[in-house]
Amino acid sequence: MATESINIFIPVFVMMAIAVALFGGALLAAHLISPKNPTTLKEMPYECGEEPVGTAWSLFNIRFYVVGLIFIIFDVESVLMFPVATIFKKFNELGQGTYVLIIFLSFITVLLEGIAYCWKKGDLDWVKSFKAGDRK
Amino acid sequence: MTNTIAEFFYQFEGFKSLVEGMNPVTVSVLIIIAAGALVTVFMATVGGFGTIAERKISADLQARIGPNRVGPYGAFQLIADGIKMISKEDIFPRDADKFLFYLAPFICVFGVVSTFAVFPFGSGIALSQMNIGVFYLLAISSLVGVGIFLGGYASNSKWSMLGGMRGASQIISYEIPVTLSIMSIIVLAGGLSFESVLASQSGLPHNWYIFHNPFTFIGFFVFFVGGLAETNRAPFDLPEAESELVSGYHTEYTGIRFGLFALAEYMEIFILCGVAATLFLGGYNLPLGVLKGTVPEQFLQFGTILIKTLALYYVVIWVRWTFPRLRVDQLMTICWKYLTPMAIFNLVGCAVWMVAFDGKSMFDLFFGH
Repeated sequence: MATESINIFIPVFVMMAIAVALFGGALLAAHLISPKNPTTLKEMPYECGEEPVGTAWSLFNIRFYVVGLIFIIFDVESVLMFPVATIFKKFNELGQGTYVLIIFLSFITVLLEGIAYCWKKGDLDWVKSFKAGDRK
Repeated sequence: MTNTIAEFFYQFEGFKSLVEGMNPVTVSVLIIIAAGALVTVFMATVGGFGTIAERKISADLQARIGPNRVGPYGAFQLIADGIKMISKEDIFPRDADKFLFYLAPFICVFGVVSTFAVFPFGSGIALSQMNIGVFYLLAISSLVGVGIFLGGYASNSKWSMLGGMRGASQIISYEIPVTLSIMSIIVLAGGLSFESVLASQSGLPHNWYIFHNPFTFIGFFVFFVGGLAETNRAPFDLPEAESELVSGYHTEYTGIRFGLFALAEYMEIFILCGVAATLFLGGYNLPLGVLKGTVPEQFLQFGTILIKTLALYYVVIWVRWTFPRLRVDQLMTICWKYLTPMAIFNLVGCAVWMVAFDGKSMFDLFFGH
């Protein structure tokens, strides 16, 4: 292995290992010191003193799903834009700036089209508003 | 100027004679482990002081005294808090998903601690001089969102579930403006490493990227607001809104697990402020190149980034105790209808500026030759 890759990647793995050690150490210390006397009341989910009814793992609102979908689209597009952003300066110094800029802008136009479509369809609204006639 | 931690030590004669005859790779790895432990201890202390700073500053803003019992001005409160966290009972809710419940705080801690590897504390004081440092930091810090959602989901409590849901949707939404703001800086810097971002910000503050052009000036605020939302800070603290959701995603967590969630959050705020300082406010660069290429310069650089980061940290706390919390629909409106279009506008503006003015900053154009 080259020395260069040691200096670049070993710190990352070392920090990940330290994260594991920090977590494990804290839990171990807590395990050794803290009292352990669970009771039925303590183990109940906290609902402000009420007896919990049913499980929390139930259906949830579709709005979160829509937000997730929009995020995926934008995230993938930003991943695709990162390489272009990185080489932009080099191409500009070579005199190819306008060419890359046009490609970059046409890609961003697609992105903008996406956000305009979502906006128009009302997917960016948390509470969708209906006109009086729309609701049956 | 040194490139790696190991090279930093190799410039001293005493160290050379100490490690003579050892394999240089082993020496490098040992130094990295020691430095990593040191950085983690430092960041954990900063996170601990974050909690005490939060209480002291909030007390100051509300004309109270704040904690003042443990040590001078309550400075040792973090030790007392730590001992209390460790010695509290670790309650496991009966109906929770055991594996995910234990995994969630770990993912939060893991996502934050791993980012320290590339954080530039000074020229040559970053643990890893990765050539995709900014990208790595962005990517790995997204893990915190997963941890928060898992914490909310695994608890099998309705408050936690609501908090986790809100947290997940908020964190992933605000990642878009933050990413696009960072990308507009990448366009100007022409590289994904922190060194390339910092290279052209040396000298006096007019070289900082926040003053590079009008778009980066807006971009800083877009980044900062998005970052506040990503770290669940007020006014975007909906996932743990204490007046609505008891405590949000960590309602069911007790003792040290709750402590680790809090520690991860405070360390993440430090990283956010540090990244904002590095990308927009000149990072560790000293003005006028004083003491260039010497060891004292590296320590001064460390002090510089620390001062800038802590100043932003104060702003984060100040904002929390000044603004009321947003509603969920307002949160989504701000992200998708204001910040994201603004971030795209900034990105386009920076790209056009690069081509039109050859990457020169405003000051170069107005006062340059």
